[in-house]
Amino acid sequence: MSGEAKGVMKEAVNLEAVAAAYEASRAAVKRRVIVCAGTGCVANGSLKVFDAFKAKIAAAGMPVVVELETEAKEGGVHVSHSGCQGFCQMGPLVTVEPDGVFYTRVRPEDVDEIVQTTIIGGQTVERLLYVDPATRQPRRGQADIPFYARQHRSVLKACGRLDPGDIREYIHAGGYAAARKAWREMTPRQVCETASKSGLRGRGGAGFPTGRKWELCLAQPGPHKYIVCNGDEGDPGAFMDRSVMEGNPHSVIESMMIAARGIGADEGYVYVRAEYPLAVKRIRQAVAAAERMGLLGADVFGTGLPLKLRVMEGAGAFVCGEETALLASVEGKRGMPRPKPPFPAQSGLWGRPTVINNVETLATLPIIFSEGPDAFRKLGTAKSPGTKTFALTGHVANTGLIEVPFGATLRQIIFDVGGGVVDDAGRPMPGGFKAVQIGGPSGGCLGEAVLDMPLDFDSLQGIGAMVGSGGLVVMNKRTCMVSMARFFMRFTQNESCGKCVPCREGTKQMLALLDDIVEGRADENTLDLLLQVAKTVQKASLCGLGKTAPNPVLSTLRHFREEVEAHVRDKRCPAGQCKALLRPVIDPEKCVGCAACARKCPVGAIAGEKKKPHRVSADLCVKCGACLAACKFGAVSMG
Amino acid sequence: MSATAAVNETVRKFEKLCEILDRHGRDPAKLIPILQAVQEEYRYLPEEALTYVATSLSLPPAQVYGVATFYAHFTLKPKGKYLIRLCDGTACHVRGSTGILEALRKRLDLTETRDTTPDLMFTLETVSCLGACGLAPVVVINDDVHGQMTPEKALALVDAILASEGAK
Repeated sequence: MSGEAKGVMKEAVNLEAVAAAYEASRAAVKRRVIVCAGTGCVANGSLKVFDAFKAKIAAAGMPVVVELETEAKEGGVHVSHSGCQGFCQMGPLVTVEPDGVFYTRVRPEDVDEIVQTTIIGGQTVERLLYVDPATRQPRRGQADIPFYARQHRSVLKACGRLDPGDIREYIHAGGYAAARKAWREMTPRQVCETASKSGLRGRGGAGFPTGRKWELCLAQPGPHKYIVCNGDEGDPGAFMDRSVMEGNPHSVIESMMIAARGIGADEGYVYVRAEYPLAVKRIRQAVAAAERMGLLGADVFGTGLPLKLRVMEGAGAFVCGEETALLASVEGKRGMPRPKPPFPAQSGLWGRPTVINNVETLATLPIIFSEGPDAFRKLGTAKSPGTKTFALTGHVANTGLIEVPFGATLRQIIFDVGGGVVDDAGRPMPGGFKAVQIGGPSGGCLGEAVLDMPLDFDSLQGIGAMVGSGGLVVMNKRTCMVSMARFFMRFTQNESCGKCVPCREGTKQMLALLDDIVEGRADENTLDLLLQVAKTVQKASLCGLGKTAPNPVLSTLRHFREEVEAHVRDKRCPAGQCKALLRPVIDPEKCVGCAACARKCPVGAIAGEKKKPHRVSADLCVKCGACLAACKFGAVSMG
Repeated sequence: MSATAAVNETVRKFEKLCEILDRHGRDPAKLIPILQAVQEEYRYLPEEALTYVATSLSLPPAQVYGVATFYAHFTLKPKGKYLIRLCDGTACHVRGSTGILEALRKRLDLTETRDTTPDLMFTLETVSCLGACGLAPVVVINDDVHGQMTPEKALALVDAILASEGAK
């Protein structure tokens, strides 16, 4: 253990010198234009906006600075990319510093005006500002926008400001200082103790205390241990890990260095989902930059101890988010989970002690190690300290990535940050809230009754849901909860690896029962049977995927029982979404009583007085649709 | 194709494979990155390539086949020139991805089991989440992400491809 005695330690990378050099080149440039280059903004054309800025700034006679390290010039304008800023639907997003002006939906043709008015003239282009839909007032900076102002961004803070490709900027912002402290000033035991004291719990789903995982691994003998970063973010509707890996890749590397110090690892893997090509690229670049600078390699911070990080791309299997399955995948095998114990901390990758932490969990570490565990505990709740990022999507006005302290309520998230519920066309829908799905296929659908419950790991577990990775999908009144439960069951059934019978066969049977319900074949036994299978799958499955697979169904039965029963008993879909349950309805406002439909009806299901609105008898109707075709007044519809 | 040309073709094929295998140090633990590189090269995993990889890594062919069929990313069938991936994650689903899927299938005459057009021009797949939920619903054609889609916009993308291919 050469690292413990300070006296024998060699010189390490001088972070202060790097930061000072960065500061010098930064001071030279006059202004900085930050163009969001997250997946969402790129899809909206932000790379073209970036190129337009380079062209227009050059055309205006100012030096264009892309690489600050080599190109910084007096009076130049620094044009840089940033990671995802979270407000994807308003993209491409452009920020001009130091003015702090935040432009939304910028098109290449708007760039000239920004260059002339803001960069040269120091004024604001009003028409490109975000307009608060509530007050109709334009907002000049991010801090004035309710979507940002009502969040508490700490893990996501640097995403959207830093250039993910510039390691010097990360260091200038205080990066790698926490890792240096952990390696040079702390013993592995102290590192583990700090993590334990902070109360940090795994952000990947189950909420296991991070410090305890590390301590178990540290206690294992053996010279080789592994630290693995789980970036296999498979939950549909969650993209916080993607944003951190794309927007602040160095925070992932620094965190893995801290964790490696804590457990005594000399090698690590970043396992990134194959669906995230940009995240793979940015992490690879960041690892290479850290190696070039000597932060990673044979001698970490002059301790004489090595740390080598490798990046591995997943190949598309949801189950690989489960830690033992992920390890099998890194070893080049089918990604199937195995029984625990032994825990990976005891016997993991190639039989060696291994700690697997989720991206967001890791990205929280530099904050804990630089500000101290007590400062970290000030946010959040007693048992779930800190903040949590959520991917807020679905029928909500502001979709995007948000970060709030644990203990915030769903009402605050959906209505204050999210700006309320919208209809299918994206217009505000007051009173339109029906449900929110939390935690993806392992979580559940929650209704209005729990909107005011403070969110944390334990409160959600108590009502049959789960924080999961933090997907929050808002659904309006036009959404059918039974079809949603079926949607998730189809997903887990598809992704079940097939190793254990309860999950493989159970999810299949549950899906078949849900098909019966939405297609009108259910009878009084269906729900009992569904419940029975769900309980079995929950109890008897091998891994977390199976154990939590019934959650969407169970939570729907718990929170939306009436709607399920309407499908089963009355063969009716209250939201009007299940096609097999729809039947013709005559709108009494539009019906003129011509009886054209009644004459066409093959079973005599339509009756009514002449010149008065007619009605369809639900008992007789065979749903042939003849009445729809017969009506000339558009009064018949399926509902 | 003459016999010699066929042999030359095969040799060329294995040359590429050898290059990929060497780049990964012929390490059986690197099976997944190797298969990813092979698929990148051929756009699918030909059966002979799988057997060759297995032999080179001293792995049973069944194990290689097992890995190749376990992960959704690998395909044993050739895919179309344009790979259309429609996101059917939760956010895209509640914002109407099903309508887009139906419209695309109808236009390209595809079904759930028949996902590639006979001329190998288009492959249509659904994926569970692309992590671009803020832009739901999302369609990705090869590497280009298209957000906030509607059935009409998706069909317009396909029509634009068809028009450019027809013009060639």
